Amino acid sequence: MFGTITPDMILAILPEISLLVVLAIVFIVDLVLAETRRGILAVITAVGLAATFALTLLYANPGNSAELVWGGMLRHDMLGYVAKLLFIFASFITVLLSVKLENVWLKGEYYLLVLTSTIGMTLMAASADLVMLFLAIETTSIPLYILAGFMTGDNKSTEAGFKYLLFGAMTTAVMLYGFSLLFGFAGSSNLYVMADAISAGAVPGPVLVGTLVLVLLGLGFKVAIVPMHFWAPDVYEGAPTPVTAFLSTASKAAGFMVLVRVMLASFPNILADWQLMLGILAVASMFIGNVVALTQKNIKRLLAYSGIAHAGYALLGVVAASELGVASVVYYLLVYVVTNMAAFGVVLIVARATGSDEVEDFAGLHRRSPMLALVLLLAFLSLAGIPPLGGFIAKVLVFAAAVEAGFVWLAVLGVLASIIGLYYYLIVLKVAYLDQPKSEEALPVVRAHGVAIVASVLLVLILGVIIAPGYEWALSAAASLF
Amino acid sequence: MAFPFLSAIVLLPILAGVVLLFLPPKNHKLIYSFALAIALVTFLLSIVVYVGFDVNGPTFQFIEKYDWLPQLGISYHVGVDGIAAPLVLLTGVVIFTGVIISQRIDDRPREFFAFLFLLASGVFGVFVALDLFALFFFYEIAVFPMYLLIAIWGWKQSREYAAMKLTLYLFIGSVIALVGVLAMYFNSGLNTFDFLALQNANFSPQFQKLWFPFVFFGFAVLGGIFPFHNWSPVGHVAAPTAVSMFHAGVLMKLGAFAALRVGIMLMPEGAQFHMWWILLLTLVNVVYGAFIAMTQTDFKYMIGYSSVSHMGLVAMGLATLNHDGLVGASVQMVSHGVMTALFFAVVGMIYDQAHTRQIPELGGMMKIMPFAGIAFIIGGLVSMGMPGFSGFVAEFPIFMGVWADTPWVAIVAAISIAVTAAYILRAVGKVFFGELPAALEGHMHDIKISEKLALGILCVIMIAIGIFPSVVVPMVEHGVEAVLALVGGA
Repeated sequence: MFGTITPDMILAILPEISLLVVLAIVFIVDLVLAETRRGILAVITAVGLAATFALTLLYANPGNSAELVWGGMLRHDMLGYVAKLLFIFASFITVLLSVKLENVWLKGEYYLLVLTSTIGMTLMAASADLVMLFLAIETTSIPLYILAGFMTGDNKSTEAGFKYLLFGAMTTAVMLYGFSLLFGFAGSSNLYVMADAISAGAVPGPVLVGTLVLVLLGLGFKVAIVPMHFWAPDVYEGAPTPVTAFLSTASKAAGFMVLVRVMLASFPNILADWQLMLGILAVASMFIGNVVALTQKNIKRLLAYSGIAHAGYALLGVVAASELGVASVVYYLLVYVVTNMAAFGVVLIVARATGSDEVEDFAGLHRRSPMLALVLLLAFLSLAGIPPLGGFIAKVLVFAAAVEAGFVWLAVLGVLASIIGLYYYLIVLKVAYLDQPKSEEALPVVRAHGVAIVASVLLVLILGVIIAPGYEWALSAAASLF
Repeated sequence: MAFPFLSAIVLLPILAGVVLLFLPPKNHKLIYSFALAIALVTFLLSIVVYVGFDVNGPTFQFIEKYDWLPQLGISYHVGVDGIAAPLVLLTGVVIFTGVIISQRIDDRPREFFAFLFLLASGVFGVFVALDLFALFFFYEIAVFPMYLLIAIWGWKQSREYAAMKLTLYLFIGSVIALVGVLAMYFNSGLNTFDFLALQNANFSPQFQKLWFPFVFFGFAVLGGIFPFHNWSPVGHVAAPTAVSMFHAGVLMKLGAFAALRVGIMLMPEGAQFHMWWILLLTLVNVVYGAFIAMTQTDFKYMIGYSSVSHMGLVAMGLATLNHDGLVGASVQMVSHGVMTALFFAVVGMIYDQAHTRQIPELGGMMKIMPFAGIAFIIGGLVSMGMPGFSGFVAEFPIFMGVWADTPWVAIVAAISIAVTAAYILRAVGKVFFGELPAALEGHMHDIKISEKLALGILCVIMIAIGIFPSVVVPMVEHGVEAVLALVGGA
């Protein structure tokens, strides 16, 4: 049905093939090994992900071409390429952070689920067809529902899994309904064929707006923007910390990649409508996320609300709907993923030592482990948008995109919201640097966790100082959509 | 290619800060020696830049330019003009003297100096940046370490509140200015953040009138302009001595400097349109600041409010947009920087021993630390604008400029001179020549040689500028002429 399979088509799905191979290896090894020796699974998965990253980086680069492959199911373009690398990186860090995690890290299923979810994300980023897109989203989400509730002995984890499943299933169903309307009116499920039909006026305006709302409901859930954000704090709090990190970074980024693609491809006719709609959602996310984060005592909940606010900032780039806008979103996501990975890494290490996720347990972190405190400092200042860290560049880019597109009011509200954000990031840093520690002992750090946070935080610095290479990627990813 | 002095001066402190973080935390001696060595090298580099500046040469000198993000027209472009070069020297002086007198920091000195150097890099970066993006980048680097420096090493009673207040004020200002800069970038259509290119952007008058206040006030918050000055005295008081010196001595100049660079120089028509009411605000700064300073009994608060008053003079000079006013404002930035650094250093030395800053509880310091006393008196004379000291060289042209612009403002502002004299003389009389209170008997001793050296350097600069204005005025005039060429002579 695909005609001849060309090498190009293989290269387009090289990351997925490689991930499947890793998955098969993990599956087989898991069957063979005794439970006590299954720590090796983490190593296999991590090495496999690293190899996949290298393969993708070297061979799957589409350059400036963008073509539909596999019968129009996927689009082999720079946006997908950059996104895939990002997800594989996030998955790699997640696996490193999972090492030594009790009740989790010796189970083969855990790694299988992480890998499956990663495959789903890479497909999400490249999907050019509603059917493929839906399958990819489900392939991503279903393993994540299970992962969120993975610690079966822990009520909070179980609650997180259930909550995520219920909200997820409902919003996905609504989104699917939206997809079906789009297909019905436009007569094709391919995003790009559909786009032509819609431009030609195949879908009546009011229907298009209605469909937009339905689709946004589903995607808004994935990226956790207001008002589809209610699940995030509870799920983040309950899920095992590495899973939280994965959810809040890669899963959110995958949602954004789809959002950007679908918005630009399918809804150009009602550009002004969705710009306004998303603009309002962005403002709501930035303010509600940041204001509610002020009151949080639990660091994972705090980062959940901060993540909602960050989704709002990234949304500004989508609203701009320009090349600079999309580039800024991509850059924002690169920075956001590496920054949050570093932040969650520190949260994980502190939680292992103190047994809780409360902000007050960070007291005196600097006296106990100065390097760990430094990583926290860099990660949080990056989230706050302070140079020379990636977060600053990312924020400037999205605000620039908003100003360029004429949304000065959005940029002004955005910068004001970021001041609120600054407040609670500084409060956590104050606790870590100023408050008296309960004990003077240095925190034990598992080597894999150390590698994960150092790698992440170095990337935060690099993205903040050497901007041009990352931006070049982001720009070519954006160019592939126009 | 010539040695990249400006890059060295910007990067050396931040790299030293990184190295510091990897020194053994308990070896305070090593940490202090390393910090002192770096500060000395930085100071020497800043002298090289100052001495090497050719007053007959082009407007901007020591230029270096590298692509940074070429797709958006962002470059690492640095250079100094006649206004920035003295400020670079000022920063060098303050970092060196500030490190000297920070020998007593014994809580985590490693991090203290690392953050202080990060701050210094940011400050140098703003003074030399010729690219608006780079300017912003460094501006924010200069602002946020203040939070940690004050919150961790500050005065226990108010540090958390003061640090947060300061940080939020300054960031609100800077992000508002950021939006203004982005608007300029897109409106110019030149696809560049380069300062020299944007000078020729010819923004429409409507655009300038709309955006000038955003940019000017965004930055001027850091210059302590009324009514956004509130963070400043609170911050000064809570900060540890070296940080107060840096904060009042250098950091507040960043605000005025950036307001001049980005606001006035790039949107001259906007400046001319709005300046009449900004002049009135600065008048409030000058007079109100002086009166508030007079009512203070806390020594450090008094100096904090005197800074508000003196920085008001800087802003007032800028607001005249004429030759005299701009020259005076630029010299005042240097003069006030040195003077206030000295004030805070002396107050810190007294507080370290007496454990009180209440003026009524102090006395007799002249007998105990005569060197500090004389230094403070010299600073006081500068503050009052006495001829023969740098304050006169700075304030006289400002008043001339204001007189040429709006005479009655100059007359009202002159009240501040009398008020300043009153509070300075009263403090000198009580703290240095009053009777030593019994509670302090036996606790106090003279300051160290190294501290005398620090104070000595600061005094020499104030007297040198006062007696030989030609060491700085021609340089500043060189820079001001370029500003006037943009503003249109007025």
